[in-house]
This record gives sequence, C-alpha cells and structure tokens, in this order.
Amino acid sequence: MSAVLPEQKLVRSLRIQARVIGALLMREIITRYGRHNIGFLWLFVEPMMFTLGVLALWTALGLHKVVLPIVAFTLSGYASVLLWRNTINRCGNAVEPNRALMHHRNVRIIDLYVSRIILEISGASISFLILSVVFMATGLVGMPDDLLKILIAWFLLAWFSLDMALIIGSLSVLSESVDRIWHVVSYLFLPLSGAFFMVDWLPTYAQELVLWIPTVNCTELLREGLFGNLVRAHYSVGYVVLVNMLLLLPGLLLVRYVGLHLEGE
Amino acid sequence: MIELINVAKQYRIRHGIHTVFSDLNLKIAPGEKLGILGRNGSGKSTLIRLLSGAELPTRGHVVRRMSVSWPLAFGGAFQGSLTGLDNIRFICRVYGADISSVVPAVEEFAELGRYLREPVKTYSSGMRARLAFAISLAIEFDCFLIDEVISVGDARFHAKCQTELFEKRKERAMVIVSHEAHNIREHCDRACVLHAGKLHPFPDVGTAYAFYNANC
Repeated sequence: MSAVLPEQKLVRSLRIQARVIGALLMREIITRYGRHNIGFLWLFVEPMMFTLGVLALWTALGLHKVVLPIVAFTLSGYASVLLWRNTINRCGNAVEPNRALMHHRNVRIIDLYVSRIILEISGASISFLILSVVFMATGLVGMPDDLLKILIAWFLLAWFSLDMALIIGSLSVLSESVDRIWHVVSYLFLPLSGAFFMVDWLPTYAQELVLWIPTVNCTELLREGLFGNLVRAHYSVGYVVLVNMLLLLPGLLLVRYVGLHLEGE
Repeated sequence: MIELINVAKQYRIRHGIHTVFSDLNLKIAPGEKLGILGRNGSGKSTLIRLLSGAELPTRGHVVRRMSVSWPLAFGGAFQGSLTGLDNIRFICRVYGADISSVVPAVEEFAELGRYLREPVKTYSSGMRARLAFAISLAIEFDCFLIDEVISVGDARFHAKCQTELFEKRKERAMVIVSHEAHNIREHCDRACVLHAGKLHPFPDVGTAYAFYNANC
C-alpha cells in the first residue's frame, strides 16, 4: 500500500463525510418540504400560524395584560419547543426511511442523524429569525435587549437537542418502543420545558426543581436576552454546558454501537 | 484488489447468535471475474455486502484497494419516495461523480423514459435493476458487485448489458452471485462455493459446479 499520512487520510475521510452529509441534506429537503405545495415555506408558515393563533387566543381571553410583551414571549417559547422537539423527533425515525441508502458504503448511520440534525436546527433557527424580523418590522415585537445572550441560549439549546437526538435516535433503532415512549414523554415535558413560563413566576421550592431541567435554563437566558430588565431570569450556563458535555458521550457511543450492529435489509 | 482477511460475521437473532461465517479469506484481483455459488441462506448476499462495505464484519478485516460498486441487487440502494432522477443525483453526490454527465448516460441506458421523474417505489423490480445498472456503469467502478440481478430485463436490455459491462468494461473486476448456472459459466473465470459457513475456492467454474451439485 502506498504510504498515506494520517492527516491526509483524515482530510480524505472528512471530504467524503461532507459529501455524504451534503447529499443526505438535499435528499431530506426534498421529502421534508417537498416540491409541490408551498414546500420550503412551511418552515415559517407553521410556527407563524401557531404564534398568531396563540396570540389571538390570549388577546381574546384578556391574558395579554401580563407584564411581558406577549408576542415575543410566545414566539420565543414556540421557537424553542420547535428546536428541541423537531430535532429529537426527526432522529427517532431517521434510519428506516433511509435504510436502502446505507447500501452505499460511505453512508453511515451517523450521517443520517447529522444531516437531519443540521436540517432541523437550521429550520428552527431560520424560522425564528425570519418571524422575529417580520414581527419587529410590524412593531409586534420590540428590539432584543442583548443579542449575544440570545445566541448563547440558542446554541446551548441546539447542543442539548443534538445530544438527545443522537440518544433517542439510536435507542429507537434498538427498540421500537423507545420512539413511542419518547413521543409521550415529549408531550408531558412540553409544559415543563420552560417555553411557557418564567421561573420567577413559580414558588421558590419549584424554582429550584425546574432549574435542573436544561431547557429551562436555556429559555430563561433567551428571555433575558430578549427582555433585559423586564424579567428576572434564573439560569446557569455552566450547568447546561456540563449536562450537554455529559450527554454527548453516551450519544456518540450509542450511535457507534448501533452502526456496528445494524443489519442489512 | 479486494481482500477479506479472517472475516467472521454474526447476527443477533431472537434465539441467540447466528454465525454466517467464522473465518473467511478471499482475494479478488483487478479484472478478475469471480462467481459465488451457494444455496439460499448460505450467506452469498452477506458476503457481497461485506465486500461492498455496506456491512462491517464482526471480526477480521476487509481491505479495498480499488473502487467497488454498491451491491447491485433487487432491493436497496434507492430511496423509495424519491424519484429516479433524485436518486441518481444522490448517488452521484455520494460517490463524487459529475451529475451533468451521469444523468444523460443513465437516461439513455436505463430507458425509463418519463418514469425517471416518478418515485422509485412505483418501479417494478426490473426497472430498479435497470436504473441500478445504468448508474453504476455511468459512475465507473473498478469492481462491480452483482447480486442475482444479472438476468433481469428483456433480451434488448441483456444485449446492452452484454456490450456495456462484459465487452466494453472487460478489464474491470466483477463478483457475481447467481442461482442460474449459465450466468456464472458465461461470465466468470473462477468460482467459489459457499457452504456451511465455509468458502470453497475452485480454479474454474466447472469443478465448482461439480462440488456444488454433489454437496449442496
């Protein structure tokens, strides 16, 4: 065999992986958003309809008298849910529809997850960004207080979603029940995720409890970035970073395990 | 060259572990045409998938020093909800081939007409096999792995495969798995028989068949 330096091998492998993930991204976009109908626009239309619906409901019920700007609160909450829920859910069913594509040697299970994770994180981010800009332009939402805090919160939430997506994704290959149980858990988790409340509204004992939930810390930081001094946010960036690092390891190990044991069609 | 070194493959099944092979060695030289004989369930397709790298061995090593196609088989390789054209684009991207030159070549060879723009799940198995052959020929591999699909299609498609695969690309290596004796006899220089987890090599197809008929 010709002598190949390890770095050259690494560069070659990375190039192949980038090519495969690029191909999978195109493939996912076609089936996720389709070529018919309004296609890619669903990315914004779906959360926009939801936010506007909730807004109408809350206005009709007279709930908009709460201290916070309700549109920005709803939008940031729904965008966060969209980020973690779609990213994790889409990995729960990543392998089966793509199984035939794994006949191509370089298409590995990690590529299926990574392409779906990239697509969902970008989708949720673009949708949040565009809706914020639209709402800001129409005056429904004010200018954010601290953009950096928003970016950090979004990054931490995306990282958490990636970890969970790898774990739930590979576990659901090992057992079909995992995907079903996850769907139930994600519904039950919805009100606890921090999307629809501020920690400060809760009694002290409950505050300590919910702050164990990583996503709550993220939404708190996100709201502080949006509203500044209007809110008293409770969070710990260090805690979320720690949890995210700790969850990444089992995620990667599980993907590796599943990749070695996955059988052909 | 492709080399299998002490390869073992096991599957976890409901009742324990099924060992397909425990210690398999095989070398395929550039340009060589190898036939694989074996009964249903003897592990022929598993062997092809290990050669292609679509599956990893439980133990041992697979060394690939030439470009190897994916297993050209009745199932697999295509995503059903995507159109034939989208599948071509996907495969081109994965193998780093030029889409703009592959697409017309496939259109001409596969003769799928308007169906190229329909989802692959609406194709017959013959149409899928034609698409698979057409793409693999357009991408140009050093070694083609052919799992049973050699006998698909009508006489016209046969004639085309004969020219494109066995005449124009006769310097390429090929591994052919088939139940049908005449396919392997026609196209292979030598053959191996896969029987009871062992691979028995034979220098020519005739002796391989004699062994196969006597033992399998």
